Amino acid sequence: MMSSIITIDNLCLWYGNQQALKNVSLDIAKKSITALIGPSGCGKSTFLKTLNRMNDLIPGVKITGSVQYEKTDIFDSATDVSELRRQIGMVFQKPNPFPMSIYDNVAYGPRTHGVKGKAKLDDIVERSLRDAAIWNEVKDRLKKNALGLSGGQQQRLCIARALAVEPAVLLMDEPTSALDPISTSKIEELALQLKEQYTIVIVTHNMQQAARISDNTAFFLLGELVEYGVTEMLFSQPRDKRTEDYITGRFG
Amino acid sequence: MLNAKLSRKRRRYIGFMRALMYVCAALTYALVLFLIAYVLAKGVPNISWELLSTSPSYLTERIGILPDILNTVYIVIATLLIVLPLGVGAAIYLTEYAKNKKVVAVIEYAAETLSGIPSIIYGLVGMLFFCQFLGMQTSLLAGALTLVIMNLPTIMRTTQESLKTVPQSYREGAFGLGAGKWRVIRTVVLPGCVDGVITGCILSVGRILGESAALLFTAGFAHALNGIFEGLTSAGATLTVALYVYAKEQGEFGAAFAIAAILMGLTLLINLAATLTQRYFRRKKA
Amino acid sequence: MKGKKKSFETAVHGVFLLLGLITVCCVLLITVYLIISGIPAIREIGLIKFLFGKTWASTAAEPSYGILSFILTSVYGTAGAIVIGVPIGFMTAVYLAKVASPRVKTVMESAVSLLAGIPSVVYGLVGMLILVPAIRKLFHVPDGASLFAAIIVLSIMILPSIIKVSVTALEAVPKEYEDASLALGATPVETYFKVSVPAAKSGIAAAVVLGVGRAIGEAMAVMMVSGNAANMPSLFQSVRFLTTAVASEMSYSGGLQRQALFSIALVLFLFIMLINATLNFFLKRTKER
Repeated sequence: MMSSIITIDNLCLWYGNQQALKNVSLDIAKKSITALIGPSGCGKSTFLKTLNRMNDLIPGVKITGSVQYEKTDIFDSATDVSELRRQIGMVFQKPNPFPMSIYDNVAYGPRTHGVKGKAKLDDIVERSLRDAAIWNEVKDRLKKNALGLSGGQQQRLCIARALAVEPAVLLMDEPTSALDPISTSKIEELALQLKEQYTIVIVTHNMQQAARISDNTAFFLLGELVEYGVTEMLFSQPRDKRTEDYITGRFG
Repeated sequence: MLNAKLSRKRRRYIGFMRALMYVCAALTYALVLFLIAYVLAKGVPNISWELLSTSPSYLTERIGILPDILNTVYIVIATLLIVLPLGVGAAIYLTEYAKNKKVVAVIEYAAETLSGIPSIIYGLVGMLFFCQFLGMQTSLLAGALTLVIMNLPTIMRTTQESLKTVPQSYREGAFGLGAGKWRVIRTVVLPGCVDGVITGCILSVGRILGESAALLFTAGFAHALNGIFEGLTSAGATLTVALYVYAKEQGEFGAAFAIAAILMGLTLLINLAATLTQRYFRRKKA
Repeated sequence: MKGKKKSFETAVHGVFLLLGLITVCCVLLITVYLIISGIPAIREIGLIKFLFGKTWASTAAEPSYGILSFILTSVYGTAGAIVIGVPIGFMTAVYLAKVASPRVKTVMESAVSLLAGIPSVVYGLVGMLILVPAIRKLFHVPDGASLFAAIIVLSIMILPSIIKVSVTALEAVPKEYEDASLALGATPVETYFKVSVPAAKSGIAAAVVLGVGRAIGEAMAVMMVSGNAANMPSLFQSVRFLTTAVASEMSYSGGLQRQALFSIALVLFLFIMLINATLNFFLKRTKER
């Protein structure tokens, strides 16, 4: 495996008394796509949201174990959550552009982090929209409300918005589950392009999607990491019986 | 790498906004507490049995607010008795009968308009229409009728809201048994809106107790002691109007604060009642 | 038998239709009465002279009926109340909708309801005895009953409407927006003010307009603290609002003076209708979201 950017060691997470993640350990390789699969409620989304500490928002969450990002403990008290989330961006299940103009959506992150000056922002906006493969569709209506875009366009805008703060990692939480097949394939293509520069961790319900785009796949079941390995291997020769049952569609 | 702290500018912005929020919320809260404490402290010592149980007399320079209390009770009763059937009926029409969307929109717009009109204008029109045109003179009844118009939107809205929570299946079930529309309304719809009607009543009572501008020229400011029927046809001040008269025209601040303390107590009670009924009905429905 | 039942149902339907239309009738009644009784004086005085005349001397030997001072007082008074009340109410609303713990929120919300329930004469009374003397001492003016006192009282009185409507609007902001902002590295406070508030702006605008309506229509509390002299508005002078102009002379007026009071009410009514229309515009935009 290539050098890893995030190292998770013995991660456990409780919502109140209910344990949602059980001793999860895995390495996420730099500039690759890692897919997280498993039936609903298996903890894959929870795991994803732990990586940029979005679980901090939920009251009653308890976390043990460690998550190292570039050799730094993300739970360390010296870690700045804002900076962590700038470096580890996130794309959500449902496209959620802000009810503002397309331009303002993309510029929101940089502005928050203190980027000023129209020329600089213009630059970032264009670069991000190009990287998210949506520039040509929106370049003539940057000042229009983002809610006027189609679902697939909105999701790519959200990716552009995440890219605008120059993250190293992009977390994607079932980014295509609310989209039609054509928009889905556009996002998949985009993910493959983006891995040249970014590390992508993607949660998906869609096994074909995991097989098509990911380099490594992790299979979660009931909060446990059952199996983790190179995607081709995991799908062709699963080591664990439960993995085999799942990928052959026997449950979930 | 991750321990790059927020820039100073951002930290300053966050700190400033947070402080502003806390200060404003604290200010609002302190204001409420101060108003309650001040009014009660100034008013309660002035409340005496004599004040509550007598009518004012210029001969003995005695101030008594019994007539004002009774007038308030009369006007509350009269207003509710009239506004309830009207408001509930209007709500039933909107949710059960009206099919034409335009008609509904017009009625709802009218209700919204009514709730935006200031009470001084109600007072003026009430005076012109009820007192002069219908020949009621300045009387509690004219005041009550004016208040009926003011409270109509409240009763309508709360009833409508509770009617919306009556499941459609109940109505269909009753229709399925061959019941006519009126029977369905009487047996299924009306019982379903009890909570809305009660909430509406509580809100209206609060509004009636607090109203003064609309009553000044419709119900007047007499302090005569009357029975309910006699009272309704003659002029009389409610507690709020009496407070105004004592404070502004006569400079009797002791009596004014006593009334203010009573009104404050009633406001507290009404708020409590509104919260409790809301909680009760919510639990019952859940 | 069947026919009888049917005609009975038709009759019931008719009764409910009448009840349904009662609000419409009330609005028409109010509008018609105000127009009918408000027009004659305007006609006699002249519209321009009435609206833009600077002196109101209704009881003078040669009476003059100009209501510019009332209009301006109402406008300034309302604007002042908005300038003070809106920021406080808005910040409180953001605190309640986003920051406060459930317990603090329940307590604060019942306090705000209470503020809304306090009768306006009680505000007036407290204003007369605390605010008016305080202003006299603090600003060294001969009489504290002034536009400034009215502005303070009004800004307190509009707080509940502003807070309640803004809280509702802020709570309706989808959580997804806030999550997206946080995931970009914005802190919660930055998220509230840069994402939640802009997303709730129609609702907050409606709250402000509602506050305007409440302030411009308030009569009794203002009457008790504003001194009630028909001066052109000035912060520390005794002033008269549109509402108080109607209220203060109604009981002893007659003839043209009385008719002029109806005309003032008509002007106030037109202001209110304009505000209602604006309010509806914003509310509709909030619903469409």
